[in-house]
Amino acid sequence: MSVDKATVAKIASLARLRMSDEELDRMVPEFNNILAWVEQLGEVDVTGIEPMTAVIPNSLRLRDDVVDADPLTGGGKRDAVLANAPAAEHGFFGVPKVIE
Amino acid sequence: MTDVTELGVAAIREGVTKGDFTAREVAEAFNANVAAAQDALNAFIVATPEKALEAADKVDADRAAGKALGKMAGVPIGMKDLFATQGVQTTAASHILEGFKPEYESTVSRKLWEAGAGMLGKLNLDQFAMGSSNETSYFGNVISPWRKQGSNAALAPGGSSGGSSAAVSARLAPAATGTDTGGSIRQPAAFTGISGIKPTYGRCSRWGIVAFASSLDQAGPMARDVRDCAIMLEAMAGFDPKDATSLDLPVPEWEAGLNADLRGKKVGIPREYRMDGMDAEVAKSWDDGIAWLKDAGAEIVDISLPHTKYALPTYYIIAPAEASSNLARYDGVRYGLRDLPDGAGLQDMYAATRAAGFGDEVKRRILIGTYVLSAGFYDAYYTQAQKVRTLISHDFKNAFTECDVILAPTTPTASFPLGDKLDDPLAMYLNDVFSVPASLAGLPAMSVPAGLNREGLPLGLQLIGKAFDEQGVLNAGLAIEQRAGFAAKPEKWW
Repeated sequence: MSVDKATVAKIASLARLRMSDEELDRMVPEFNNILAWVEQLGEVDVTGIEPMTAVIPNSLRLRDDVVDADPLTGGGKRDAVLANAPAAEHGFFGVPKVIE
Repeated sequence: MTDVTELGVAAIREGVTKGDFTAREVAEAFNANVAAAQDALNAFIVATPEKALEAADKVDADRAAGKALGKMAGVPIGMKDLFATQGVQTTAASHILEGFKPEYESTVSRKLWEAGAGMLGKLNLDQFAMGSSNETSYFGNVISPWRKQGSNAALAPGGSSGGSSAAVSARLAPAATGTDTGGSIRQPAAFTGISGIKPTYGRCSRWGIVAFASSLDQAGPMARDVRDCAIMLEAMAGFDPKDATSLDLPVPEWEAGLNADLRGKKVGIPREYRMDGMDAEVAKSWDDGIAWLKDAGAEIVDISLPHTKYALPTYYIIAPAEASSNLARYDGVRYGLRDLPDGAGLQDMYAATRAAGFGDEVKRRILIGTYVLSAGFYDAYYTQAQKVRTLISHDFKNAFTECDVILAPTTPTASFPLGDKLDDPLAMYLNDVFSVPASLAGLPAMSVPAGLNREGLPLGLQLIGKAFDEQGVLNAGLAIEQRAGFAAKPEKWW
């Protein structure tokens, strides 16, 4: 399957990547080359094969139901959480206005 | 006094423990090498000489006080800039994380510091670990310390752990951390004549490692020899409740278990890896490896991994899919770069920030990943790839009923000049043809130096083991190391 510029532009918009016309023009053939190459997977007979979910058998654990069981990932860390924010205001992440 | 920068992990630890030299002397010597090589090799994004000295002084003080020393006591290392280090810039070699100083320490780096290691600095890499030549870093290419005989052309140190491989082979660090998603420890190790092991998926905690493709990412050591890798992997590995896929298993004593006597072991040679048009010198080094393992007592058996040719396209669906999801977090809100054009709303800010903050290869993979996960294409691409991944994993399970460890080349060629494959993403991807299958199956795999080609560049051999059998991989690697007698190092031009 081959994709056109409009499709790549749509994908870029879904991925929240602003792309110029020139970038889209450059990306379309690259994108199609890669897609044409991965499409060979379609020839593999996968009848009755389950998709991989875990490469190494493992079971999901529940942590102990204790507040701040691991202080590194517990609560009460507002300043640390905000320390790298581009715009932290009044103890919150600042963003452009989203409600008219 | 001996030049301590010629020593590896085990020798430094021993020298510090016995008092032949102090940890501070070691740290100072490596700090000097780091500083002297920075302009030429660009292996580090940030050097942290003060951190190396601080850790060294603590080891010297502990020794003076008669305290027990750790596995990595007095060993200064390079830390790939994909590991979060508290208070020290962590960028994943991207613009979007430039200036980011984590408030916490990754589990793997914390364990290394607790074992007595010190940090020389944060090592350059391909941006978000996406690349095979270290040409996608926002902070410039890493230059391999190796050169072809009679040429001054800049060569690729491999990727994504290219800063790590360059630093270790150029004696800027006795060892370094790497991470491996599709070959990012093994391929750069092979390109620079050093050793590196990717353990079984789940051995090393991913907590605090910048995520690329979470079902594939594994940390591991890169060092001068097999024993050094065993020591450092012991320090890095272990159960971590903060990583949902961490293996809740004790860490084996890999160093103590090293044994190059392979009598009674079977080594599988996968016939599908012997490809048409294979580089003659790579084929020759593979044959050398077979002879060396035979000499170590192993029986050589022919095996088949029938889905090998599908591993790369499978990887280039699954890894970008996971990357597109993982990298959604970079939105200009919580950390990193924010690009807020005049009058822009929230959605515009996201798109502008990500456009300004990600490099071309990262954008390419996010787009591919978004496409293969999008409604209407998900089953045809992503689900199909995960099914083929199951088949690839079955191939290995079947093969390991007939052998204990697999021997293959690490890479299809030796290192190539920078710029050679930059305009052709597919040609670059093909560099991972031998390393990706083991990654997809989550298996431990290692590269050890096998020799030099006619142009004087290193070639690596790869050992792939059963899940949890790092020991088998290390032992076969040791058998090759003892017989290859690889002592070459890059001639110093920097």
